[in-house]
Parts: sequence; C-alpha cells; structure tokens
Amino acid sequence: MSDTAMLRVAGLTKTYSLGTSWLSRLTSRASGTLKALDGVDLHLCRGEILALVGESGSGKSTLAKILVGSTAPSGGEVRYRGEAAPARRDKESSRRVQMVFQDPYSSLNPRLTVGAMLAELLLLHRVVPRREVRAESIRLLNLVGMEADVLSAYPSQFSGGQRQRLAIARALAVRPDVLIADEPVSALDVSVQATILELFASLRAELGVSILFIAHNLAVVQHLADRVAVMYLGRIVEVATTAQLFAAPRHPYTRALIDSIPRMTEASVNDEFELDGEPPSPYDVPAGCRFHPRCPLASEICVANDPPLLPVGPAHESACLKAGELALIPLPDTPQEHR
Amino acid sequence: MTTAVATAARAMRRPARSRSLRPWYRNGTLVAGLVIVGLLLLAAVLAPLLTPFDPIEQDLQNALQSPSGSHWLGTDKYGRDVLTRLLYGARVDLRIGFLAVLIPFVVGSVLGALAGYFGGWFDVVVMRIVDVFFAFPFYVLVIVLVFVLGAGESSIYLAIAAVSWVSYAKIMRGELLVAKKQDYVVAARLGGMSHGRVLIRHITPNVLSQALIYAMSDIVMDIMAIVTLGYLGLGIAPPTAEWGSMILDGQEFITTQFLQATIPGLAVVVTSLGLSLLGDGLSDLLSPERRK
Amino acid sequence: MSQGSSDVISSTGIAPADEPASTAELSRGGVPLLSVQDLSIGVRLPGGRTVSIVEGVSFDVDPGQRMGIVGESGSGKSLTLRAVAGLLPKPVEVLSGRVEYGGTDLLTMPAKRRRALMGPEIAMIFQEPMSALNPVMRVGDQIAEGPRRHLGLSAKEAGELAVSMMARTGIPDPVRRARAYPHELSGGLRQRIMIAMAVSCGPRLLLCDEPTTALDVTVQLQVLRLLERLCADTGTSLVFVTHDLAVVNQTCSELAVMYAGNIVESGRVKEVFRQPRHPYTRGLLESAPDFDRPDRELVPIPGFPPNVADRPSGCPFAPRCGYVRDHCRQSMPPLAEVAPGRQAACFESSRLTEVLA
Repeated sequence: MSDTAMLRVAGLTKTYSLGTSWLSRLTSRASGTLKALDGVDLHLCRGEILALVGESGSGKSTLAKILVGSTAPSGGEVRYRGEAAPARRDKESSRRVQMVFQDPYSSLNPRLTVGAMLAELLLLHRVVPRREVRAESIRLLNLVGMEADVLSAYPSQFSGGQRQRLAIARALAVRPDVLIADEPVSALDVSVQATILELFASLRAELGVSILFIAHNLAVVQHLADRVAVMYLGRIVEVATTAQLFAAPRHPYTRALIDSIPRMTEASVNDEFELDGEPPSPYDVPAGCRFHPRCPLASEICVANDPPLLPVGPAHESACLKAGELALIPLPDTPQEHR
Repeated sequence: MTTAVATAARAMRRPARSRSLRPWYRNGTLVAGLVIVGLLLLAAVLAPLLTPFDPIEQDLQNALQSPSGSHWLGTDKYGRDVLTRLLYGARVDLRIGFLAVLIPFVVGSVLGALAGYFGGWFDVVVMRIVDVFFAFPFYVLVIVLVFVLGAGESSIYLAIAAVSWVSYAKIMRGELLVAKKQDYVVAARLGGMSHGRVLIRHITPNVLSQALIYAMSDIVMDIMAIVTLGYLGLGIAPPTAEWGSMILDGQEFITTQFLQATIPGLAVVVTSLGLSLLGDGLSDLLSPERRK
Repeated sequence: MSQGSSDVISSTGIAPADEPASTAELSRGGVPLLSVQDLSIGVRLPGGRTVSIVEGVSFDVDPGQRMGIVGESGSGKSLTLRAVAGLLPKPVEVLSGRVEYGGTDLLTMPAKRRRALMGPEIAMIFQEPMSALNPVMRVGDQIAEGPRRHLGLSAKEAGELAVSMMARTGIPDPVRRARAYPHELSGGLRQRIMIAMAVSCGPRLLLCDEPTTALDVTVQLQVLRLLERLCADTGTSLVFVTHDLAVVNQTCSELAVMYAGNIVESGRVKEVFRQPRHPYTRGLLESAPDFDRPDRELVPIPGFPPNVADRPSGCPFAPRCGYVRDHCRQSMPPLAEVAPGRQAACFESSRLTEVLA
C-alpha cells in the first residue's frame, strides 16, 4: 500500500540526557534521561487539520520541532509523502513543512519590514521571478486578510493578531504542503482568536494545505480540527475523528481532559474523572501504563503492562487496556439546547 | 506583576498601527554626546587652522607662561603653546582610541557570535581563551605587551586589540545564545536559509547594538590606556603632542603651574563624558524594546 | 488582631466552617465588603497631563460574593484589581476615586494601616506563583509568615497552621512539602501554596489575578474547585480577574465586563451569558468557541481596542460596534441599569434583547 499521508511518524523517540558534562557525571546525583517522546506514531493526511492536544510536558512541542526538522529524533522515522525525511533538511525539504509559532511578538524579526521578510523567502526559493515578488507578496498578504500598504511597515507597528497573520503569510510564502501551528492562538485575545482560527480553516479550504494544530484549549480544537490526537507523557494515547473523540472518548485521560474543560453553559462535569495530582515528570515515566497513577480505572494489569495504541473502532485508536470498560461509562449529559 | 506592567505599557502604546518613535534628535543624551564628541573631532581635525603655533617647535624664551592673550592656556616648559598641544594631542589620542577599538570589535564580535551560534567545541575553545585573557587585569596586560613590543603607535594597537577582543566575544556570545532561540531565527532557518545568511541578515542587526554600545565605553578605556602609557613613557614618543605625556610633563610643575597637568586631564574627562553619553544615547536608540 | 484593622470589621481569624453568622451580620448593615467608586487609574506625564487607563470604574462586592472581572489585554482589569490591593506598578497610580473596604477608604488611609489589612483582611493570588514566592525560603515558612505577623502565633503554631493550610489546599504529604523550596514543586502545587498563603490569615476578600491561566486544564479544574470550596467554607468574597469567560462561569456568580478601561456591562453571570446587553459582551461570547456548541459559527469582533492615550470621543467601542448610531460617537454612555441587577453602558442596549442560548 502506498502511503497516502503527507506526513507520517513511526516509533519516534527523543531523549535528552542530563548531566552530560564530566563535572556533573563526577558528582552524579540525578544523571537522568528525559524522555520527551517515547514512541510516537501519527500521520497527517493531505488537506487535513489534525489537532494535537496534551498538557505541558507531554512532548507536543518536541514533536513539532522534529517534524519541521529543527531537532533530530533519537529514534524512529519521519516520512514525508512516503519518503524518509532527511535528518538534516536541505532548502527544498525544509520548504515543505513550515511552522507558525505561539508568540507573535518574538516570531517576527523586528528589523525587517514585512516586504523584506516576504521578498527574501520568495527570492531564496525562487517561488516567483524577481519582478513578480511584489505582486506575490501582496497576494500572500491578501490571503491572510491584510493589505498591500503594510509592506513597508515593521513588525512593531502591528497588534498580536496582525503579527500572527504576518507570521502565517511568511510560512505560506514558500508554498508548503504542511503547516505546523504550535499554539498559534493561545497568546491572543479571545476576540482575535476567532479570526485566526477562521484563517486556518480558510487556508485549508483554499490551498489544501495540511495543518497540524497544537493546542491545549479543547473548545478551540473541537471547533477547528478534523481529527484529534491526545498526547500524554511522550506518547499518543488516543486518536480519533473530532466528533468521535469528544462524543465517545476511549482513553480515560481524554475523558478527564474533556471533563476538565470550563464550560460556558450549565456546568455538568462528572466527578469520576476529575484527576488527582499532576502529570508526572518526563524524567520518571511510570512503569506499565504511563497514566495509571492518575487513572480512576487503573488496576493491576495497568501497572504491569504498557498498552500500545490499538484500533478500538473505525479511525479510532486508544492505548488503554480498559478502553472497553470506559465505553460503558456514559459521558455527562451535554446540554441539549437549540437556538 | 509583570503582566500588569506589560498591559499598562502596551495599553499606552497601542493603536495597532502607528509608529510613535521619538526622533533621535529628541534624545537629549544622544544629542549631548554627539555634540561633545563632534566638537572634539572637529577641533582635532581643524587643529592647524585653529592655532597659529607649532605643537613641537620649542621657544625656551617663553617657557612656563601663565595664560595670556596670545597663549590662552599658557606655555609648557619648552615654551610650546598648551592649547596647541592639546588640540594636536586630540588628533593622536582620538585617532588611536577609535582605531584601537576597530580590530577587537570585529575580531571579538565575530568569534563570540560564531561561538554562541554554533556552540560545541569551537565555543569551548574560544571561551577558555577568553577566560585566560580575562584573568589578567586590562592595564597590566596592555603595559606588558607594549613593553615587550616596544613603545609606539602600532604596538599600542596590537596590545589593546589582543586584550580587549575578549569583551566583545563575551558580549556577542551572550547575545547570540539568546537570539538563536528566538522564534524569528528558527523561522528563518525553517525558511531554508543558510547559517551564514541567518547570522548576518537576521541575527546581527538585532544583536550588534550591545557590542556597539560597549565599543563607545571601550574607546574611553583605550584613550585612558594611551594616556596611561604616555604617562608611563611607553606611549607615543616625545615630542609628539599627546595628552598622557602632557600630564607627565606638567606634573613636575603641579604646585606652580597646575594647569599644565590639569588641562590635558580635563580633556580626557570631557572626551570620556562625551563618549559615555553617546553610548547611552545609542543604547536608547538601538534597543527595540525601548523605542516602542 | 493587628491594630490597623480594628475599626474595620473584626477579622474572623482562621476559623473555617461556622462563618455564615458573621457574614449575615455584615450584610445586615447593607454595607458592601468592597466598594469601588469612580476609580480612575493612569499615569501622570511630566507637564501635568494624565493618561487614564482605567476610567471611572465602580462596583460593589458583598460579603461572600464571587465576582468575576473579564476583559481582554489592555482593558484595565488587572490594574483595577491591583489598585484594590495597593500594588499598582510604577508609574501607574490611582488618579481619582475611592476604594472602600468595610466602609473605610483604603486610598486615604495611612500606608501602615493599609498594609496591616493585607493578609488578615485582603489577600491576593497571582498568575505566576514562581515570581510571587520567595525562591530561597521554604514554602512552609512562607505560609507561616503571615499568621505569625498578623495573628500573633508562635513559630511552632504558625508552622502547624501552615501544614494544615497546605492539607486544606489539597497538597499531598504536606509535612514533607512544607520543607520544600518553590522550585522543587510543580506549577499546580506552587499555585496551591500561594492559595494556602493567601488564605492562611482568614481574609474576607480574596483577589485573584488570572490564577489558573498558566496551569494545565486538568490542574486548572482542581484549583478552581479548591477556590470555590475555600470561599464557600469561610464566606470569603472573591474578585476574580480573567480573560476566560468559561472560567468565570465556573467560578463566579457576578460578572463585570471591562473594555478600554471602563466597565461596560455587569450582572449575574448566567444572565449576562444568556442575554448580553452590551455589544462588546455579545461579541466576546460569540467569538469564543463554546465546547457545548461546537457547530456554532465564531463571529470575531472587527477592529482593535482603542489606544488609551487617544480614546475616541463617545463610546470607546463605537468604532467596532455593529449597533452603533450617531449619538454613540458624541458622548460616552453611562453604566445604567437595564434590568433588575443588570447594568450596561450602551445607548442601544434596548436593541440587544436576543437570548443567545
């Protein structure tokens, strides 16, 4: 079977070892290794918006760095359209996967005008001939909802939302197939977030670009994504279509995340899945199922076995030994209100 | 605390798109520095036009005169006009001061930038060398080097360059360590740009200001060093007019003709003041976070 | 009891549960616990000109009431809270108005007396506990510091109180954790430490500045539950500043919405969410994704908030408002009652009657 995915990772690991200097090895207190990624399998289809959710320390950002090639994985592979992506990206292979950052205040070079920023990329990659650079820059700006008059402006002249648009225009300038968006709206005001989310949806529709959307706000994810992957301590613990994941989560951690969302309407949260404690540190991943210390369903088999990600339904995978049991616990009533 | 401060600050500067940049000429510190340094440079360049006397030719008949209509600041023990020697001395001291900064600025900045950006063994080697140089006091090392190399202008350049590049290396390395983690630098790399291009076009303009500001105070240091060397007799050989040797010469008459040593000393102070103001003003002007 | 607060309502100390009596006693006189009146906050520029960031804000918090202040960055919500706590960052200062606590103006009271109120009467929780905790002091000692100073406890008693406070804020193994330094704890635990510190002297008013914004969602829920429980147990009033409407819904009963330094709408949270009467509130509600209504279209608010140094004349929201009429640009609409217990600062409020959900 030929690979239909734009981007696929298999068995991806990334470990950082601490105390690598000889001095700390001499004094060796905690010469631990940090498992940022511990066997990640995931694929991103053409024209799809896949959300990656998880708490801090889950490895979301490390995965993003590996996907764009700014960090090399410790093990496993990244395949781009079925071909193994080189560990060191050249100009062409880095072009295809671009990134939108969380903080729009540090992601734009303060000393380059918008025009210079776009022109440099367009010329470097020979996207268009030199005489069409200006027209192409304006096309890019229009694509993200901005006008030609900003070409000569510096980043400091823009608000957070506008900067994020410019950052997206920069990412699009080299005509990538994949956008990795790392929490692109969490630094923005609520009223601005909507416009950026709208922009991502329209870019997918108009350009057919695939988007990996990293987020912690599940309401945002639910609104935008086609599929959702849930990450916990360096591994994907559940993947499903958005509707399926939120209607029938098959991993207790997903369930806990959903139940933790602050609701706009009548609060209806099932106490059974309010988690105790906090995510353990990636320096010290629990044996067996990595979620078992916080899991309300955990039993001995969860301590003894590290469950792999297995299909539990059509396009639905979960890494939980109790996935069947979980399916029997109903979700709290969601308010059935009609407008 | 930070969020509220930031909010307040942002609230005060935000219309989303307007640039309320204070023009450089409204920056009092910068203007004062520019005026002082500018006048000094002008005086140095125009010295032959500003004074009818020769800085070297002796006139023992008129030695050690007090200030008068013809000799505004009096004459020294060889009867040379003090004002004339002060002006010609500025030529030497300012020239060496500015030139002596150039080599260490370039060498130190480049080495420090490369060490900070690439890290690894290169960083380790460069920084260990820097540590070794830092272990010696600046003046001691400069004096020893000039002594070994022999007095004279080229020795001074070499000695200062050999000692002061380490400061630029340290500054630039620190700046690079921060800058290379900035998202815009990562984005430039993801845009397929080479390390060289990222370093030169995207990082350097954002980090050079710190080194530049330091260079202003470094010129002060260098002038002090030249003056000190001159005072120790290791500087520019007499009879060339130079502030350090003027202080040395004037010192023996400190009780009778105190102006002899004080005037060149004041010149050093004024120069330092001008350059310091210039450095402060530049740092206001060049730091992006301050100019919003 | 410290002298400073003796003429304010006497502190309830640390006794938990059996509080409602004194709360009832307080509200009997009809005096709100906190009354902010016409508060303006800003910067005095050299040359006598002032730039106000918060303009004439008024609100009351009754004993036991939980009030949320919502707004976007730059709306002045945090500065308002800090003005109440007396923690305005330089050069920002209160330009005019009153901040009455139990009937006494905090702004005109001697600094020493005001400081004595901080802890036993008014306490504050910050967004980033790491910068609010002393990094070189054991957390148990930091919690004990307030009770020692304000309640006159001995070191031993205060230490025991600190441990029990930590247990009450849900910190596992509090005896051992009390000996930890802040950097040894996770973000969620640090936030609990700060909460324990804040409530250790039994304050009647708890000020929270985005206390859960930096936390993960599962931990956020735990902390919100904790705050809710603590306030319910002791009858403590809460002023909760956040940008997250859903968090307000989970935590507070009352709500004030701020925009460009003004309160533009206030009322009971459920009623405001159901039927916003100010176009900005409505815009906020329609632009934020709602987990329970995934198919609803998000409607962004066009444009940007005004620069406080250059406010438009009239209503500051007028340039972005879909309901705008000519008179909105002429004069600033006052915050007026639009329904029982509901206030809105909008001339066109009567046209906003649609029920959102």
